[in-house]
Amino acid sequence: MLGWFKKKFTKKEAPTLPIQDLPADQPSLEETHIPETPSAREQPPERHDQKDSPVTEGPVTAKPVPDSTSMFKRLSERLAKTRDSLIYRMDTLFLGKKVIDTELLDDLEELLITADLGVTTTTELLDHARRRVKRKELSDPALLKEVLKEKIRSFITDSTRPAELVMPESGPFVIMVIGVNGVGKTTTIGKIAHKFLSSGQSVMLVAADTFRAAAVAQLQIWGERNNIKVVSHKDGADPSSVVYDALATAKAENYDVVLVDTAGRLHTQTNLIEELRKIKRVMGKQLPGAPHEVMLVIDATTGQNGISQAKLFNEAVEVTGITLTKLDGTAKGGIVANICRDLKIPIRFIGIGEQLEDLRDFDPDEFIEALFQKKADDSTQPAA
Amino acid sequence: MFENLTDRLEGVFKRLRGHGILTEENIQEAMGEVRMALLEADVNFKVAKDFVATVTRKAVGQEVAQSLAPGQQVIKVVHEELVALLGGNTELIRLDGRQPVTIMMAGLQGSGKTTTSGKLAKMLRDKGRRPYLVPADIYRPAAIEQLRILGERLDIPVHPSTGETKPVDICRQALAVAETKNYDTLIIDTAGRLHVDEALMNELKEIQSAIHLSEVLFVADAMTGQDAVTVADKFNQDLEITGVILTKMEGDARGGAALSIKNVTGKPIKFVGMGEGLDALEIFHPDRAASRILGMGDVLTLIEKAEAVVDQKKADKLAQKLKKSQFSLEDFLEQIQQIKKMGSLQQILGMIPGINKLKQLKDAPQPDEKELVKTEAIICSMTLKERRNHQIISSGRRQRIADGSGTTVMDVNRVLKSYTAMLKMMKKMRGKPGLVSGMKRRKLPKGLRK
Repeated sequence: MLGWFKKKFTKKEAPTLPIQDLPADQPSLEETHIPETPSAREQPPERHDQKDSPVTEGPVTAKPVPDSTSMFKRLSERLAKTRDSLIYRMDTLFLGKKVIDTELLDDLEELLITADLGVTTTTELLDHARRRVKRKELSDPALLKEVLKEKIRSFITDSTRPAELVMPESGPFVIMVIGVNGVGKTTTIGKIAHKFLSSGQSVMLVAADTFRAAAVAQLQIWGERNNIKVVSHKDGADPSSVVYDALATAKAENYDVVLVDTAGRLHTQTNLIEELRKIKRVMGKQLPGAPHEVMLVIDATTGQNGISQAKLFNEAVEVTGITLTKLDGTAKGGIVANICRDLKIPIRFIGIGEQLEDLRDFDPDEFIEALFQKKADDSTQPAA
Repeated sequence: MFENLTDRLEGVFKRLRGHGILTEENIQEAMGEVRMALLEADVNFKVAKDFVATVTRKAVGQEVAQSLAPGQQVIKVVHEELVALLGGNTELIRLDGRQPVTIMMAGLQGSGKTTTSGKLAKMLRDKGRRPYLVPADIYRPAAIEQLRILGERLDIPVHPSTGETKPVDICRQALAVAETKNYDTLIIDTAGRLHVDEALMNELKEIQSAIHLSEVLFVADAMTGQDAVTVADKFNQDLEITGVILTKMEGDARGGAALSIKNVTGKPIKFVGMGEGLDALEIFHPDRAASRILGMGDVLTLIEKAEAVVDQKKADKLAQKLKKSQFSLEDFLEQIQQIKKMGSLQQILGMIPGINKLKQLKDAPQPDEKELVKTEAIICSMTLKERRNHQIISSGRRQRIADGSGTTVMDVNRVLKSYTAMLKMMKKMRGKPGLVSGMKRRKLPKGLRK
């Protein structure tokens, strides 16, 4: 799961390992069970558990077994009760079903649309299923579920870019974080910084949101929490000049990772999108190759507008990765399946809370499993 | 707002109008498409289903079939149902009753509570109230600071909250301050929270039971998808919200949340946020929104906007000048600045009926905000003498103006050319009474607008 660190870290990690384990008082779950070798890190044993029992293992129903390694563990402890009352598993749809009938397909339609998968994609998925049923290739409801899952999985994982972050051979690794207002850019940066720090990298934050009141102060507090440097100018300064200076400092002081926080902007505001372009250009001038990652932050509660957001941002600054935030609510974030499918951009992280460690690597299987949960709107009891 | 939904629905209705007689199948088919359009606009699944069922029942049952323009009749039914869905009458914020009025903002993280608090404070201040901003978000880094800065910009007092005080105590203290300092409207900005986070939801309930709240406004992002309804419903159940504010409506969000939340919670949408500027908050009018969705434009809002920025005396003076053909470049500049005050050209155009169809034409002129800015810069770079008499602007002066405004001589020429063309047109109009008679003051509907 920490595979995206591998390029550079395999070298670096070995000597720093003992130190690195100490400060991580709240290590991400994967790290608690890490066997010594980095290669084993990529396939922690817990992933097998999930694959073996996809039905019982999942965000909501994760049992508070100390060894449970579901990425939603912390979350499920806090929110399980309420979430459970709002959600029950899709399996209830299939309960007692022996054949695939119209009623089942209608229920599936509601479930997929309610997960923000969009009406076009949903229709396409169900047409696909209907065709196969008609051709008698498919008759078992349980199989139908798997077929749909596989199809959605192909949407999310079919990206033309590497799914893991690739660090440059030398010089700072620059990540530019963009998105519409209020999706959680600054919070995500604080959490990404924590992730890099706990793997022994030096991190610098850049406050390029000079527009919103107190945005700089907000990032500075995240800097304090992580105990790292935050480069900022005054409120209202030109964000490009902040970035230019910051990258000069990063080069001179040999930082491994630079995280740039930009102001939230609607993708339809052409002048602000133009500003974003300029910020990116200026980065490349100061440090050829930068930004190495343009990360678009999408709020899981976003509906079909997410596609428009991703498209316009992508046209302007070429998005290379997505972070899906606020997955700790009841929203499923199904819209990212469409975004990934249309733009072939991989999802890197998911945000599941406001604490430093509430950022997880994206796992397509867990994500899809969560998509197939349904809001409890009748007497059906949640499958605890 | 709503543009995409409008486009989709217009396509459906165009086909409907094409039929001389509408059969039940025609209507069923059209309604299937309406359902698709609604779902694509993030209208909640159940709401869309019910909406289509109601419209179909009414359209099929009514005398639509015998009507001369059956297509038109169906559109009428859709319009009526849309208005009903959006909440019927315009609902204003309640400022009567117990004073000081206390308004609490609540919602998910990142929905825009803090910015909206600032906007609402400004709107109420402009209406003659004495607002007091109360930051009660002690969790998000720098949230208190953010509201303090907004208050500073607006010159509206902000309660000096600290992160160590419990939100409920902040509210009590703020209320005490308001009473001594004679502030009559408290706007409480609370932290963003998940509807499933019981601990934080209880915190709001605690505030609610500790002090009397006149309004609990649920702030929601217009770009929210199907989950909007779940969240709104939970907030409503826990807090008995009194109204909804939809933010970020200036983007290309299709506004499905707007159509669903009222239906599910039964609580009216009171305001919509239309931009990052601190005056970009508007009263929500369900009927006007419905007209907009159906591509009928929104002339009322356009007129109100114009009235809000146009100074009546200036307008009268201008009318006099126009009559005497004394329209100088200075007046031209003033006009440009007024248009800019009304909002973006896109927004203004969106309110004109039928403009949507025009936009679909291939070579339709795109409104160019930059052109306006350029023209403004060019006129600003002229001397007063030049502005009053454009004929003295020689080629040397043109070069200077171009340099001063960062444009080219060609740009300057173009501005002068369009100005002289305007003068000529005005000369032609002179003598035809009634054509230029200044703006008539129209009675405003009851509302917050001055």
